[in-house]
Amino acid sequence: MRVIFQVSGFFCIAVLGGILLMLMINSIAFFADIPPITFLSTTEWQPEYGKYGILTLLAGTLLVTTGAMVIAVPLGIGTALYLSEYARPWVKNVLKPAVEMLAAVPSVVVGFIGIVVVSPVIMSFAKIPNGLNALNGAVLLAIMALPTIITVSEDAIRAVPHMFREASYGLGANRWTTLQKVVVPAAYPGIIAAVMLGMGRALGETMTVLMATGNAIAFPKGIFSPVRTITANIAIEMGEVPFFSTHYYGLFATALILFIISFAVNFTAEKITAHIRRFQ
Amino acid sequence: MKTNFTEIIPQTLLLLCALIMAALLISLAGYLLLKGGAVLSLSFLTNIPTNGMTAGGIFTPIMGTVALTLITALVSLPVGIGAAVYLSEYAADNRLTQIIRAAIRNLAGVPSIIFGLFGLTLFVQGLGLGSSLMASGLTLGLLSLPYVITTTEEAMRTVPQLMRESALALGATRWEVTRDIILPAATPGIATGAILSLSRAAGETAPILFTGATFYLSGSSIGLKDEFMALPYHLYMLVTQHQAIEQVQPLALGTACVLLLLVLLLNTAAITIRRKYVKQYQP
Repeated sequence: MRVIFQVSGFFCIAVLGGILLMLMINSIAFFADIPPITFLSTTEWQPEYGKYGILTLLAGTLLVTTGAMVIAVPLGIGTALYLSEYARPWVKNVLKPAVEMLAAVPSVVVGFIGIVVVSPVIMSFAKIPNGLNALNGAVLLAIMALPTIITVSEDAIRAVPHMFREASYGLGANRWTTLQKVVVPAAYPGIIAAVMLGMGRALGETMTVLMATGNAIAFPKGIFSPVRTITANIAIEMGEVPFFSTHYYGLFATALILFIISFAVNFTAEKITAHIRRFQ
Repeated sequence: MKTNFTEIIPQTLLLLCALIMAALLISLAGYLLLKGGAVLSLSFLTNIPTNGMTAGGIFTPIMGTVALTLITALVSLPVGIGAAVYLSEYAADNRLTQIIRAAIRNLAGVPSIIFGLFGLTLFVQGLGLGSSLMASGLTLGLLSLPYVITTTEEAMRTVPQLMRESALALGATRWEVTRDIILPAATPGIATGAILSLSRAAGETAPILFTGATFYLSGSSIGLKDEFMALPYHLYMLVTQHQAIEQVQPLALGTACVLLLLVLLLNTAAITIRRKYVKQYQP
């Protein structure tokens, strides 16, 4: 029996290895045609003219993700602090499961909300003709990253020993000073890990950005520009591209870059949580 | 204590964050349930799409999603539970085990579109399954694997060490302990995790984009080697790829509402099982 279970365990390594291998082999086939330097340092992504520069797509991904973090980080940490320090039990018992359920909402449904709700709101507030842009994507990705940020940072805040708070009150500090000077610094690594995990989720999201950001391949000028992310570009072009062409391999090369970025983000989060666990 | 002023301002700000969050949840669910709920009817659920998808219901995508989720379950549950049993009951705490754990954590962080590419190269092209229900199901099976493993292992860990040791002391083998003691005790927890993992897989779109999902099927027959319609992909197509935007808007709202209800239902089921059956062993 042991062997059967062990094989299941090894299977996971095989899948991750397989994914990495698949990305690398196809990317190598691409780099045989297009030098990696050109791929990584030029902005034009025009496969029909043989131009394969990732920078515009990368900028799209980074702009939308950064925008999402600007919205989700303060809101998420604020909510987590409120839930763990101020909220009454019934508020917590309602809001926490609701936030967890938000994490389960399919990404197409969030994208749909982007088209029918967020887009008209952006159009009327910013007085622009098109509401499908980086801002829309950022708002939606913030919604998708919030559950992770709230749950993980709330866990971190709750893990701060009660003695710390008591000691601070004992010295005459009030609740806010205690929170600011004692609780948050103690929970800091966990909160950072929460932000990194939320960011990982936003970076790799495909359907919401595909539906809500407008998908124009032009280097983004600002938050109101329509942008195309790496993920959306793969989703759009993989369906039309002839198999085993340079363009086909090029899409795998962009996926490899995405894989490396999200791996780095998740790896950092994991290192931080492992570090915290050692002290508990 | 200092003046109340320094207390009240930050407290209000934090309350504001929580209120925004609550408003967000209520408006999102309210919008979809009210507007989409108006479209829902028995015939919407049981009719196939007609008139170039501008009328009719969503029976075909529902059946596609059900079939797809069944395959996902058949792939991810046996392998996932097997791996969790290995990690929780058999594996020594060594380098190899750490590598397996790291692989599982990293798999959970791989963007879903990359799973789609993997499914395309391995199942559609490599194994020659073509763009099919089978290829998509296998892809989603791999995607769900890390969630199934993590939740199963967690459920198995709540079974007290004392029960394992007692059974071992009576002469039971590892396998007997797992089969007769650990798995029965952990079943509600495993079921909770399985439901959550599968509900997540059922809502995925990116991994099935190029592995088997299709825009439209005329019949409602389902075959492992055939392309299929799925609820999330159907919604995506209706809102972004359909020409008659005004006409399909109600259908899209209905589909979104069904997807949301599905998720709420499965999550509530999972939470209920957890509350009712998961034993809290006190040390």
